Order: sequence, then structure tokens, then C-alpha cells
Amino acid sequence: MTEEPLRYAYYPGCSLHSTAREYDLSMKVVARAAGVELLEIPDWNCCGASSAHVTDPFLGFALPGRVLALAEEMGLDVVAPCAACYGRLAAAREEAARHPDYVRRLEKATGRRLSGSSRVWNVLEWLSQERVSAAVREALKRPLEGLAVAPYYGCLLVRPPKVTRFDDPERPVTMDRILETIGAVPVDFAFKTECCGASLGISRTDLVSELSGRILAAAADAGAEAVAVACPLCQTNLDSRQEAAGLRQGRTFDLPVYYITQLVGLALGASARELGLGRHLVDAMSLLREKKLA
Amino acid sequence: MKRVGVFLCWCGSNIAGTVDVSRVAEKVRLLPGVVYVEENKYTCSEPGQASIMKAIKEHDLERVVVASCSPRLHEPTFRRTLEAAGMNPYHLEMANIREHCSWVHTDREEATAKAFDIVRMAVAKALRNEALQPGRISIEKKALVLGGGIAGIQAALDIADAGHQVILVEREPTIGGRMAQFDKTFPTLDCSSCILTPKMVDCAKHPNITLYTYSELEKVEGYIGNFNVTIRKKARGVDEALCTGCGLCQTKCPVKVDSEFDVGVGKRKAIYTPFPQAVPNKPVIDKENCRYHKTGKCRICERVCEAKAIRFDQEDTIFEEKVGAIVVATGFDLFDLEAYGEYGYGLYPDVISSLQFERLINASGPTEGKIRRPSDQEVPQSVAFVLCVGSRDDQKGVSYCSRACCMYSVKHATQYREKVKDGRAFVFYMDIRTPGKAYEEFYRRSSVDYGVEYIRGRPSKIYQKGKKLVVRAEDTLLGRPVEVEVDMVVLAPAMVPKHDAARMAQTLGVSYDGYGFLNEAHPKLRPVETNTAGIYLAGACQGPKDIPDTVAQASAAGAKVVALFSQDELTTEPMVARVDEALCSGCLWCKPVCPYKAIEAKTVTERVAGRTVTREVASVNVGLCQGCGACTVACRDGAMNLAGYTNDQVLAEVDDLLADLRPACGQR
Repeated sequence: MTEEPLRYAYYPGCSLHSTAREYDLSMKVVARAAGVELLEIPDWNCCGASSAHVTDPFLGFALPGRVLALAEEMGLDVVAPCAACYGRLAAAREEAARHPDYVRRLEKATGRRLSGSSRVWNVLEWLSQERVSAAVREALKRPLEGLAVAPYYGCLLVRPPKVTRFDDPERPVTMDRILETIGAVPVDFAFKTECCGASLGISRTDLVSELSGRILAAAADAGAEAVAVACPLCQTNLDSRQEAAGLRQGRTFDLPVYYITQLVGLALGASARELGLGRHLVDAMSLLREKKLA
Repeated sequence: MKRVGVFLCWCGSNIAGTVDVSRVAEKVRLLPGVVYVEENKYTCSEPGQASIMKAIKEHDLERVVVASCSPRLHEPTFRRTLEAAGMNPYHLEMANIREHCSWVHTDREEATAKAFDIVRMAVAKALRNEALQPGRISIEKKALVLGGGIAGIQAALDIADAGHQVILVEREPTIGGRMAQFDKTFPTLDCSSCILTPKMVDCAKHPNITLYTYSELEKVEGYIGNFNVTIRKKARGVDEALCTGCGLCQTKCPVKVDSEFDVGVGKRKAIYTPFPQAVPNKPVIDKENCRYHKTGKCRICERVCEAKAIRFDQEDTIFEEKVGAIVVATGFDLFDLEAYGEYGYGLYPDVISSLQFERLINASGPTEGKIRRPSDQEVPQSVAFVLCVGSRDDQKGVSYCSRACCMYSVKHATQYREKVKDGRAFVFYMDIRTPGKAYEEFYRRSSVDYGVEYIRGRPSKIYQKGKKLVVRAEDTLLGRPVEVEVDMVVLAPAMVPKHDAARMAQTLGVSYDGYGFLNEAHPKLRPVETNTAGIYLAGACQGPKDIPDTVAQASAAGAKVVALFSQDELTTEPMVARVDEALCSGCLWCKPVCPYKAIEAKTVTERVAGRTVTREVASVNVGLCQGCGACTVACRDGAMNLAGYTNDQVLAEVDDLLADLRPACGQR
């Protein structure tokens, strides 16, 4: 008996088409291996983060609202790998329920219907659902044995809890479980949901070096050899500020920062090339070679 | 037609400020039956009452309507006035033109019109008022006190000292409750057990007190003066009559588990008394952990017991008692600190609760009063005390303030500074609340004399950094973030209702609030009574409290019971439901709507058309009935009537109001 393949409306957002290409690549590798179809939403637009919702509440709703309307037309739930996209889509879904006037305005402006029927999944929820995680377990080719990884969730996946309704907002464990599934060793540390500095990475690099530096220090002190993330901005900040953070703290950081999907893909036997592991700033390959994982 | 006198009250400007009382008087004068109308500035005053009595005599009044405030406030006052004037007190009718009218309206014209409507309805009802006579019931002069903490102990002693029998039921193996776990008490720093244990012993020795520990209330039936209670005495595994309390069994028992009394920071055996001064000083066998109960082998305690008191096969016993009053003193639980993931309780061993800290500083605690942190048994050189963990937090905890945490945390910080001379104590707070005698001074002293450092801000995160814990908060006085590295963190959990408080309330038939705290009958004027007559409250089961307030409330509850027992018979309110059995069809729809469980089915035998017929009808227990009237509304047959509020009376009011409502509407 063959099951209907799992199908999702795929919302890559701007990052996965540009700075986070390796996230996009690895998503698709994992999806293929797990027998999941990701159908990119046609004519998708910017989710608005963060400029839209701090400028105009309606615009902040309408941009992700239109994406949701498009997904509804496909009759599918949405997977949004970027944490900011996920946050905006989830918030829009909440607001649609609370502000019927917004929905009316949106429907008038776009000529599309929005009922809220499409659920929004973040990448961790998507990976840990029964069928996907069972498929991953079955297709496991190269368990990441002995790789100590700090699961870094960032701020947006779990907050605000009333919108995301995902895991424990202070001590989430979903990514820890995924890491266990692929044979890696999740390293519990106190900064799983601390702020990395987010978009201040453009305007206040000093602050980001400080904030990301604390996360890196906590992960390294807890014994992690690498960090796993589920957000392009987290990846950029943690990956690009290691030298500056090290200078501030008088120490050296050398922690590769992987997307969780890259690690899953690796365990499923995908090549470094397929997973875009060469696109990182902190060398992502040496550690894997050292551990004979690539 | 009966002769009605109407007394309109100005209540100073409370009523007269909004209602034109004189115009109401003009119109009331024309109502059928009204033979006398008078206005008073304060009808409840002595001259006001005197003029009612005078008018009753001079005008041969048969019914009196007082148009003033809520009957909850002055109905008893005016009933006494009528009684003093030789009238049946139930010939009084109150028209509430204050709470129901002047206080809630601003338009003088409309308020005046409404006040008249209210008064005319009262007149219509008063014309149909019947003389009612209160009933009498006997009182069993024995009290049941539930809970053997300081509240229950105090109430039991007060009642027993007044010469009445008391049954004190405690769920745990010993009395003493929370207070027995504490080291010292604020603000005088006297030793908690030194002031508590004498009272515990008094309880055990008092000729009027019967103590049932390791026992629970199963069922309550009956009503004030005549409760039947069922109590389950749990199997102790030890014959209390034979046990000498020598303690050898505890010494020899091979099983060690976390002690509930030490809140996990100390150990106990599987056969144990919770603490050395336990009353009674007889151990219990914890069947879940006992090696014999688990594996069928061991029996060491039995072998070493010289008194031959061990009874592995002992069973629970259930018995009934008759009591006249019940004092509920079941105490509180502490908020589950793991709800705050960001504080790491349960994750970091050196993040502990205030109660655990209390055990650590207690001379008879697991560390013999030396403050040692759980992770490595080292003396912490710095401690952070975090207030309001659960309290005053709509998001994760409860909305209310737990009232005692500020003071005991001030005490903890002071005690820590006394014991660790060069240690640093930080208190993270939102507000320091010190509303009690000598409380503020105690708080000031902690800062001025003991150098406790206060930081105004609720921590956002606590995390481990090497052997240290880092507390991160916003210092809201300086308006900037702070991070403090300490060796140990003490969280002050909210005081929450006992986990089974709601079930207990349902067993007793008393009301409870949204949190599960038991409700007092009036927040200010009846703070120790419940809405169920004969059941009183003491201590934290009613709401968070410190020891002084708990003891005060317990003595107040004791006084209420003693006042009740000072009478030989109880006068019952005659305004209770009555069944017209001829009309009652026996559907018993009234039974489930009765909140006081006062309605039961009764079988009546009657002769109908020459045949003897047996059928079921409703029957009201007048001892339980509180006169709420719910049954009269549910009754399909009109067979249920509330004396003083009969269907006839209520309909008369409505008819009178509607009689010319339509033309009145047209005019407006």
C-alpha cells in the first residue's frame, strides 16, 4: 500500500534565493530523500519582515496574507524555512482570525480569498512530524556519530508563544530531538533562544558581535563543536561575527554554523556540494572531515 | 386592605442627591393601602427608627415599607425595629432606592420615576406579607477542624479551651503543617518550631481535642449544628497504641528516599516520622517505597521493634462523627517553579525554592542550619533571591500577590548575611510589600544593617556559567540591564490553593474562587464565614497569608464556633422554601438546581377517589435551605414557594409595575 506523498506549499522567501542558498538546497535534498514534495508558491512576494510590520500594521498583515491566500489556492499547508518568514506568516494567520476588516481589505486589494485554511509550518515542526521523521530514520545512511552540536533556535521560532504555539518558549527541545534522530549529540546550553542581534547585523555590527558572541561562547563552553540553526539571519550573524566576537572576549571561535537541514541531508548521505557546505564563512568541512562524516 | 406605612430615606445626599425623595413621597401617598408616609434624612439612625416605632403605634400600621438601601445592609436593623414595636418582623419590606437607583443613575428625573416604581412594588408586596416565625434546631456542640497546620491548631485550641469537643483531622502523618518546616519567623526572628511545637503538644494533650493524623475527610452531610462527617484513617502500618516512638525502626530501615518535609533537599526512610518533634511521634510506613511491600522481603522494622507495633497488613478505617461546626484550615501549595523555563529550576541544582532554603537554614534541617548549596555542598558566597515567581504574572502564573514572599525573602537575605558574614545577598523584586506591624522596619534593617542589596527588576533569565549562576534582569530604577553572578538562586514561588482544594470545597459544599481559594461570605464583614452556615475558614485555604494573619483568622473562626455553641438551639431563618404537596407532581426538577442539597424526594400516601395512592413529592430540609429561591423558579407546578417571597407576592409586584407602565411609557 503506497501512501499519498506529502505535499507542501514551499515559501523560500528572499533569503533562500540569495544569501541562504544552501538552506534552500538542503531543504530540497531532505524533502526528496524523505519523499516529500515541495511546490514553490507561484508568484510569491516578500513577507514584509521587518520593515512592513513596523511601518504599517495593515501592510505587515497584507504581505504575508497574500502568500497565505496563494497557498490556500494550492490547497496546501505552507513550509517556511526562514524563521522571520515563518513568524510573519503565522502572525498573519492569527491576525486574519482577529481582524475580519483586514481580511476584507486584503481580499479587495488582491482579488484573492483568505480563509486561514492553510497551516504554517516552520522547518523544525516540518522535520519532526511523524511521517517525515520516520522517513528520515529509514533513509539514514551516515549517522553523525560523535558530532556535538548546539541546537540554536533563535528568538523567532518560539515567540510570541501565543502566535507560534511551538515547543517550550524558554527551553525548546524539537531540534535536540532531530539531532538525536540523525545520530548527532545535542548539546544543551542556556542560550538556545537568545537574540543573535538579528537585522542589527547591518547597522550595529558591534552589538551583533556582542550578542552572537555570547551565544557562541555558551555553546562552546557547553562542549559544542558546531551550531545548528533554522534561520538565515541567525546563520549569517553567528557565521560572520566569530572573529569580532572572539576579539571582544579575548578568545578564538571556530564553530561551523550549519542549517539543520544540512546536517539532516548529510546524515541521509548527500554530498557536501549538494548541501552547499562550501558557502559558509567559517569552514564547514574540516570538522566533518575530521569526524569522517564528509 | 392592610394599613401600610412608608418611610423614605434620604441617606444624606446618597439618595436625595439623585432622587427627589419628596416628589416620590407625594406619589406614594396616593397608593392603595398607604396610610402614612414619612421622609427621614437617615432612617437607620436612632431618631429615624424611633419615628417608625412611633408611627406604627399612632397610625395602627400593619405593614412597613422602608425605602432606603440594600436589604443586605439594614433589613436586620429594621426588622428589629418592628419587633421592638410589637410587630412581626417579617411585615417589613425594603425598597432599595440607593444601590438599585440613586447610586447607579445620574438623571434626576428618571431616577425619581424609577424610585417611585421600586417603592410601589414594595408596597404591593408588603400588602401580601405574612407573619413568619423562625424555627429552632438543636446544636451538636462538637467541632471538626480540617487541617493541622498553625491555622487548624489555633482554631482547635481556642474552641477546646472554651470547653467544647474538637476533632482535628490532618492528612499528613503529623500536625504542624508548613510552619513546622520554617526556621525563623519574621519580623521578630523567633524560632518557628519553638513557638509552634508547644502548641502541637497542647493539641495532643488537650482533653477536649481528638487528633486524627494521616486521615482525610471523605464525606459531609447535614447542616449547621448537625453535620455528619465521614473520616478515613489511613493505614499507618503501625499500631499507635503500642508504639513508643523510640525511632529504632527508622534508624534500621534500609530504604532512603527524598523527604517531603525537607522538600527534596534531605532524605527520609520508608518508615518515618517527618521530623523529630512530630505529633504524634509515631512513624508511618510509606508503602510505595517500603522494601517489604515492594518485594515481600525485609521486615527489619518489625524485627527491631521491641513494642511489636509494626502492622504491615493494617487497613484503612472509616468512621463517622457528628459535629455542629466545621473549620476548614487546609492550607496551600506552592506554585510549580518549572513553569518558568528561563529560571532553570529543576535543571540547575543550585536554583532552589524558598521552602528548600528554609530547610537549609533550619538547625534541624538536612545541613543542620549550615547554608550549603545542593550541587557541591559548598557555602555559597553570594545568593540571589527572586521574588514573584508565579505571583503577579498573568502570563505564566497567577494575577494576585502572595503577600508573604517579600517578608520571608527579606528574612532569608538577612539570615544569609548573618550566617555568611562576607557573603552578598541580592533581592530581585518588583515591589517590596511590607504592610504589617514592624515589617517595614525589618525590611529597612536588612538593607541598612545587613547590607542586603535590592535590585528592582524581575529577572528575565538565569543560566549557569561554570560554577556560577548568572541572573539577568533589567534594573528598572537605573533603566539598564544587569547581570549578577551568584553561587545560588532562591526563587519565591506563588502561594496557590491546595491541588485538591476544589474537590474539598465540593465535598463541603462551600464556594471557591477562580483560582481554587475558598470564598469567605463577605470580603470585609464576614471574613471567616463561608456562605454555608456552620462552615468557617482559617488560614491560607482562603487566600495567601502570613503567620500573624493566619493565627488571627484562626482565632476568629474559633470565636465564631464558640459563639455558635454558646446557644442551646439555633434560630433558623423562616424564609425557606415550602412545598405544596397537593400541587407537587414529584418531577424533582427542583433537586438538581438546589445549591445547598436541601431537597430530597419523599413518599406520601394519600387517598384519591377512594383509593390509597403512594407517590413521590419534593421535600425541603429547612436546616439546609438558605432561601435562594432557585427551586421556585424550576418548579413547573407552582408547588414550590419561598416564604416571604411567594409566587403570589412576586407577581403582585410585577402586576403593579405593569399596571400603568404602558401609559407611562407613552408619556415619556
